[in-house]
Amino acid sequence: MLHPLTLYRADPFALLRRFGETLDRMPFGTSAPAFPPLNLWQNEAAEAIVAEVPGVAPEDIEITAKDDVLTITGQRRPPEMPEGAVWHRRERAFGRFTRIVRLPFAVDPSQVEARFANGVLTIALQRPEDQRPRRIEIKAG
Amino acid sequence: MNAETEAGAVSPAAAGAEPTRNVRIWRPLTDVVETAEGIVLMMEMPGVVADDVDITLERRVLTVRGRGSSPQPDRLRLVHLEFEPGDYERSFVLSEDFDAARIEAVLKDGVLTLRLPRAAEAQPSKIQVKAA
Repeated sequence: MLHPLTLYRADPFALLRRFGETLDRMPFGTSAPAFPPLNLWQNEAAEAIVAEVPGVAPEDIEITAKDDVLTITGQRRPPEMPEGAVWHRRERAFGRFTRIVRLPFAVDPSQVEARFANGVLTIALQRPEDQRPRRIEIKAG
Repeated sequence: MNAETEAGAVSPAAAGAEPTRNVRIWRPLTDVVETAEGIVLMMEMPGVVADDVDITLERRVLTVRGRGSSPQPDRLRLVHLEFEPGDYERSFVLSEDFDAARIEAVLKDGVLTLRLPRAAEAQPSKIQVKAA
C-alpha cells in the first residue's frame, strides 16, 4: 500500500489522498457508496458492466457511450403512497444518479448491448476489431 | 417452504444453520410505510426472480427469503467489484392484527412490495354522529 510516491515531499497530502483512494476502492463497509454499484468484467475483446439498480424502471435509465467513456444516468423514483401514509422506516434512497466508466478501449455505440432483468442492468461492450491487442511475432535474427 | 418450517420447527436460518449455497446472505434494504389499510414493505432484492422468493408468516414473524442469481459473463474475468451478488433474508415481527390470508406480494424491477392488510376486526370503525 505504501507507494514510493507517497514519500514525495513536494506533495504532503499524497499519503492522505492515497489512503482515501484505497478506501474508495473497498467494495463494502464504507458509507454512502456510489449508486449504482458496478461490477466490471473484461477480457481482451470485450467488457461487461453489471449494475444493481433495484427500483429503477428500465425506461428511467439512459446509457450513452462516446469514445472510451460510458455514462449511466437515471432516476430512482419514490413509490407513490396514498395520502396520510406514515413512513416508519426509510432505508432506500431515491433521486437522480450518474455513473461514468472509462473503458479500456473506444467503443462503437452501435456495438453496445444493454439488458435489464430483476433490477440488474448488464451492459455488454465489444472492442472494435482494429483496437484488439495483436500478438507480435519475434523473428529469429 | 421446506418440511421443517411446515412442521412448525425452527427454520434453518433462525437456528443459525449454514445454508448449502456458499454465497453471502444480505439483509435487504426495506422501507416500511403504514397506510389506512395496513402496512406496506418495500424490499430491495436485485437479481431475484419472483419464483425464488419465499415468504413465510409463522405466528407473528414474517420472514422473507430471496435466492439471488447474477449473470456471470462467459470468458470474462472480474476486474472491479462493488457489489457481491448473494441471497437475501430478513424477518419482521408483526403485531397480531394482520390478515395473513390477504398478504399480497409483488416483485418488480428488483423490489419486492408486500402489502399486509390489517384484519377487518382491527380496522377502526367510524361512528357516525347523527344530528338530533
